[in-house]
Amino acid sequence: MSTILIRGGRVIDPANGVDAVAHVFIRDGKIVSVGAKETKAKETIEAKGLVVCPGLIDMHVHLREPGKEEEETIASGSAAAIAGGFTSVAAMPNTEPACDTEAQVEFTVLRGNRAGLANVFPIGAVSKGRRGAELAEIGQMVRGGAVAFSDDGAPVHNAALMRLALEYAAMFDRCVIQHSEDPNLFGCGCMHEGRVSMELGLEGIPGAAEESMIARDVLLAKLTGGHLHVAHISARGSAEQIRRGKAEGVRVTAEVTPHHFTLTDERVRTFDPVFKMNPPLREGPDVAAMIRGLQDGTIEVIASDHAPHATEEKELEFPEAPFGVIGLETQLGLVMTYLVEPGHLPLPKAIATMTVNPARILRIPKGTLSPGADADVTLFDPKKKWTVDATKFRSRSRNCPFHGWPLRGRPEMVLVGGRVLPCR
Amino acid sequence: MPARPKPNTASTSAPAPVSTWSSRHLLGLQELPAAEISALLGQAAAYRDLATSNTRRSTLLKGQMVVTMFVESSTRTKVSFNLAARRLGADTLDFAAGSSSLSKGETLVDTVKNIEAMGIDILVVRHPASGAPHLLVRQVKSVVVNAGDGAHEHPTQGLLDTFTILRARGKVAGLKVGIVGDILHSRVARSNIWALLKLGAEVWVCGPATLIPDGIRDLGVKVSHDLDALLPSLDVVNMLRIQHERIKGPPLFPSIHEYARLFGLNAARVRSAKTSLLVMHPGPLNRGVEITPEVADGPRSAILEQVANGLAVRMAVLHRAAGFPPGATSA
Repeated sequence: MSTILIRGGRVIDPANGVDAVAHVFIRDGKIVSVGAKETKAKETIEAKGLVVCPGLIDMHVHLREPGKEEEETIASGSAAAIAGGFTSVAAMPNTEPACDTEAQVEFTVLRGNRAGLANVFPIGAVSKGRRGAELAEIGQMVRGGAVAFSDDGAPVHNAALMRLALEYAAMFDRCVIQHSEDPNLFGCGCMHEGRVSMELGLEGIPGAAEESMIARDVLLAKLTGGHLHVAHISARGSAEQIRRGKAEGVRVTAEVTPHHFTLTDERVRTFDPVFKMNPPLREGPDVAAMIRGLQDGTIEVIASDHAPHATEEKELEFPEAPFGVIGLETQLGLVMTYLVEPGHLPLPKAIATMTVNPARILRIPKGTLSPGADADVTLFDPKKKWTVDATKFRSRSRNCPFHGWPLRGRPEMVLVGGRVLPCR
Repeated sequence: MPARPKPNTASTSAPAPVSTWSSRHLLGLQELPAAEISALLGQAAAYRDLATSNTRRSTLLKGQMVVTMFVESSTRTKVSFNLAARRLGADTLDFAAGSSSLSKGETLVDTVKNIEAMGIDILVVRHPASGAPHLLVRQVKSVVVNAGDGAHEHPTQGLLDTFTILRARGKVAGLKVGIVGDILHSRVARSNIWALLKLGAEVWVCGPATLIPDGIRDLGVKVSHDLDALLPSLDVVNMLRIQHERIKGPPLFPSIHEYARLFGLNAARVRSAKTSLLVMHPGPLNRGVEITPEVADGPRSAILEQVANGLAVRMAVLHRAAGFPPGATSA
């Protein structure tokens, strides 16, 4: 029988409304109690000055395996997750081939288990081959362990197929995660459409490309009663569409990435593809709308959209380079420095966006320190100053737009099922 | 990285002369201060006679290797840069992108690093992607001159158009200049806008709403969709071609026929203009679409003068790229 006591940290467990200096007692990989009572344990972790919270969950990562193992693998991505303080990740299905069958889903679970680091939850494709034509075998993928369904990287463009997906996935109590983007309005765009794209002569992607599809999908979620989760929103109007849907009682949830609440399209003036992502970096008022959406609960999740790309691919001409940036190893620091530190979001609410909220959306028994729960715990120093050094990342890729940034707040250690793993 | 410009930084007073250049690279006019644009135009004036002379030539760039690398088709600009380099005594090499390793999948950066390893000083680059010269500046050692990047900038064209106006009218400040046509896809329009605004002109853009990007007013230019209403008040009109090769989605206007009717410059329209109207076109011309032959070849046309001025401007730009101070025309 193994026992661990995490002693004297600031325990924040939004699922149970806990925010107090307390001790967390763990036995055989499960949480036993959180409280003032100091139980004697085989191992004691001194947590004074640290925040102790449920293991962080990143519900939107791309692990590139199978198909692009030179950019990331399930093992290297899991290592990056641990380094970033995440004990669980949900892997998007846009691998090569796409994760669209029970066998593929089980492969992801298997490789995750074999890596033995973070919990890796597969997200299955909505459509066969992510081609957007017909439903993939959603029911069997649920049996294989798929926690949600998405064609992320591309939208489910066909409204009839989206309707079917919402109806069908609801039968298994799973949500459909939509990459919201109207492909016709998107065109050949490579950055946000606005003043900067006009000056740079780069083809723009208007905010309406995202907003219009969200408006449509909210109507489809209302029609079907299904659960729509909108991935990585970036435009001010998107938050408004979701807010309105929620007010009408539609089952719609949303996430935002750290780059969309910290960076704007002004960065693209460098023509450096490290600032090329989809959805694109938008304008100041969009960034403000993302923060407001987090504050009023319109957006309940912060997720990285961790998208590794090989260095040679990101050293191309801007329109030619692929979309995407990595984010697992910078997210916590960015949340602390740009949301909590300036007072935009109280710490417990910020933690909820990476614990209980994504756990509820994915229907996984994580994100809480309730007695009996798996002992997934993150310990971080909320004041620790550090400088982002992408060359030291555990991810296989280096496409990080925050390289060299000074941040405050750094993960120190995580427990995954009671197993202690240092973040550095 | 260019600083975000303030709209309407136009000043009508003559900028103070500059004694040094801000950089040897020339990526765009957006980041060039007005004084430096004026200095480049002054440098071009000093080279104007030499530019079109086949009997005299400078030795200023003797021993320097200027490579022109055009990853997008061009006639005028490539010939112009080559001649400008030779008239300054430089060695030139034209890198033919179509038959190069770029077509074998080599990246732009690798290709340039390889050419560079053979010893080059100045790289003149045209590329279909906005920002390609900026990528090269980050990755290679040569001095980079932008000869047109995507729809972003074509700085030597902006300079030569401004130089043409200056020579024809003796000033730029206070003139009302119209740029007509496909503004959305035009690097020529963008470079012209920056240069003309900085030198104090009143700049109008005119064309169908679908070819004029949103928010262009924020730069300090005015927008018209009615050429007949605009033309009579203009001192200069610069006609642009429709860049069909950059339009990938559905056509952005109903037909060439309708476009020519609404926005083409023809003799009847020119009769409504000031007698002093200066007609410009950066080429290539689509005769009968944006401009009729009688106007293009007519007495107000400065089109061939633009080409000759282009040589002088490119000599000035190479002078700067080679690291010589403003003013001097011999080593």
